[in-house]
Amino acid sequence: MRCGDLKESYLEDEKIFQSLFVKICLATLLVVLVIIPFVAGPYTLYIMNLIGFAIIGAVGLNLLTGFTGQISLGHAAFIGVGGYTTAILVTKLGVPFWFAMPVAGLVSAGMGLIIGIPSLRVKGLYLCIATLAAQFILEFVFVHWESMTRGIRGINVPPPRIGDFVFDTEKSYYFITLFLVIVAVGFARNLVRTKWGRAFVAIRDRDLAAEIIGINLFRYKLAAFALSSFFAGIAGSLWVGFIKVVTPEHFPFSLSIQYLAMVIVGGLGSVLGSIFGAIFMILTPELLNILVSSAKQLFPGLDQFFIPLKDIIFGGLIVSFLVFEPHGLAEIWHRIKNFFLLWPFSY
Amino acid sequence: MDIIPQILVSGMAAGGVYGLIALGFVLIYKATSVLNLATGEFMTLGAFVCLTVLTELSAPFGIALVVTIIFAACLGAVTERIALRPLIGEPIISVIMVTIGLASVIKGLTHMIWSPQFRTFPQVFPPKPLDLGFAIVSSGLLWGFIFATVCTVVFTVIFRYTRTGLAMRATAANQQAALSMGISVKRVFALSWSFAAITAALGGIIIGNINGISIHLGHIGLKVLSVIILGGLDSIIGAIVGGFIIGILENFAGVYLDSMFGGGVKEVAPFIILVFIIMIRPYGIFGKPLIERV
Repeated sequence: MRCGDLKESYLEDEKIFQSLFVKICLATLLVVLVIIPFVAGPYTLYIMNLIGFAIIGAVGLNLLTGFTGQISLGHAAFIGVGGYTTAILVTKLGVPFWFAMPVAGLVSAGMGLIIGIPSLRVKGLYLCIATLAAQFILEFVFVHWESMTRGIRGINVPPPRIGDFVFDTEKSYYFITLFLVIVAVGFARNLVRTKWGRAFVAIRDRDLAAEIIGINLFRYKLAAFALSSFFAGIAGSLWVGFIKVVTPEHFPFSLSIQYLAMVIVGGLGSVLGSIFGAIFMILTPELLNILVSSAKQLFPGLDQFFIPLKDIIFGGLIVSFLVFEPHGLAEIWHRIKNFFLLWPFSY
Repeated sequence: MDIIPQILVSGMAAGGVYGLIALGFVLIYKATSVLNLATGEFMTLGAFVCLTVLTELSAPFGIALVVTIIFAACLGAVTERIALRPLIGEPIISVIMVTIGLASVIKGLTHMIWSPQFRTFPQVFPPKPLDLGFAIVSSGLLWGFIFATVCTVVFTVIFRYTRTGLAMRATAANQQAALSMGISVKRVFALSWSFAAITAALGGIIIGNINGISIHLGHIGLKVLSVIILGGLDSIIGAIVGGFIIGILENFAGVYLDSMFGGGVKEVAPFIILVFIIMIRPYGIFGKPLIERV
C-alpha cells in the first residue's frame, strides 16, 4: 500500500499528511469524533472532555520536556494559573469566557517565562527542582491569596455561552474541546517542523552546541516555557469552564506528575505520543475505578485495600514503561504500523 | 521569655533531622548522580515499619530500630536493582520519573498496609521538656536532634574512614577509575541506596516520634530538596549545614510571616528559599560548580 512512497525533498519528508491514505484515515477519524456525541452517553462524553483537556496540556508539556528537554514538575500549577485567571476574569470583571480563555493562556505563559528564567543558568536536576518549587509556591498562592482566589472555598464559574446558547452539558462542551484540541495539536505538529521546532530539538540534544551554531538559548528556552505554559493555561481554562468551579485541590503536585507520566508513557518528543499518553493516563484510572467497584462487590469490606491500588498501578506503569519501553506508546504504534506496512508479504 | 532563642533552638532541632534526610540524598547523588524523589516515601515506610514492630510485637525501641534498619537496607538495595540499574545511561528525566513512580508505588503500598489515618508513636523518649535557660525544648525535638546528630556522625565516619566508604568515594570521584581499581561499582550503587534508605527511615522515625506519622509524611522529603540545593548536591557537610540553615529560616518564617499570609508559610518557605538559591548560586554553598565542555 505504500508503493511508490518515494520522497525527493525534505519538504515532502516533513509533510504532515504523507499520503492520500493518511488523509482518508484522518478524515474518517474526524467524522467519527464529530458523530460520537450524538450516540455516546454523558459519562463517555465526560471522559472524552477530560481526555481533550489532558491532550492540550500534555502536548504543551511535551513541547517543553520532550522537544526542548527542560523538565517541568510544575505543569499543574500553570494549568491552575490558567484556571484561576479565567475564573477571576469571568466572575470579577464579567469578561466573556471566550475572551478570558486566551488571556488565561497569556497570563500562564507570562508565569512560565518567570519560572523559565532559572533555566538559563541551570538545567537537569536543578531546573527540575526549581519547577517543583514553583509548583508548591503557586499552590500556596492559590490557597492564601484569599481576596483573589477565595482560598480553599474556590470560585464558582458560569459556563461559557454564545448568545442564548449555554455550553453546560458534556455534549455541547465536547465541541469546544474538540475544536481546541485540533487547533492545539495542529499548531504543535506544525511548530516542531519549523525553525523553532528544530531549535528546540537542538537545545535538547546539546544546548552548548546549539548555542555555538547560532541558536539564541535565551530566546528559545524561554519561548518553550512560555508556549508550554500557554497550552497549560488554555487547558486549565477549559477545565474550569467545564466543571464550573475552581479550587486549589484541583492542581496538586500529583497532577504535574500525571502530566509528566502522560508525556513519558506516550513518548517524549512526539506529538502523537502525547495524545496516546493523555488517552492512556485518563482511561487507566477510570478503568481501574470500574474494576475496583466490581471487585468491591466480589470482596466486600476490602475498600481499604483497593483505594491505594490506583497509586500502585499508576506508579508501576511509569516505572515499567521507563524500564521496558522508554520511547513510549508512540514507539509501539510505530512498530505496529511498520509491521502492517508490508503485511502480509513482508519478504 | 524571649522568642528568638526559642525559634533558633527549635529550628536547630528540625534542621538536624533535615540534615540526616539530606544526607540520604547526597549519598545517592554522589555515587550514582541520581536524585531520589522517593526519599519521602522511604521515610514513611521506615517509620511505619518501626511503629508496627513497636506496637504489634511490643518490642523494645532498640530492636524495632534494628529491624527497621535491616528492612530499609533491603528496600534500598532492591529498589536499586529493580528500578534504577536498567536506567544507567538514560537521560535524567527518565531517572527522576522512575523515582517519582516508585514514590507512587510505595505510597500506595503504605496506604494499603497501614490505613491512612494519623498515628502517634508510643512514648520512647522521656516526656519532660528540657529547660536550657534561654529556651525550652520539647523532649521529642531534643532527642530527635541528638539521635539525628549521632546518625549523621556515624554515616560520615563510615564514609570517611572505612574501606566501603573509600570505595564509595572513589566511585563518586571517577567510575571508570574505580572500576579499574577492582571496586565493584554495582555493589557501591546498591550500598549507597541502602545507606540512603536507612537515613531516610531513621529520619522518618524521628519525625514520627515528634509529630506522629501518616501516609502524607513523604512531603517532608520534598522539603529537604531545598536543604541539599543550599548545601550543594554533592557535599555531605553541605547537607548538615544546609539542614540547620533551612530549619532555622523555616521556623523564623513560620513565626513572623504566618500571621501576614494566614498560615502555612512554614511549609512553603523552604521552596521560596530554594528558588533564590537556584537563581543566585545553583551549586550551593559547598557544592562544586559544574564546568561544561562540548
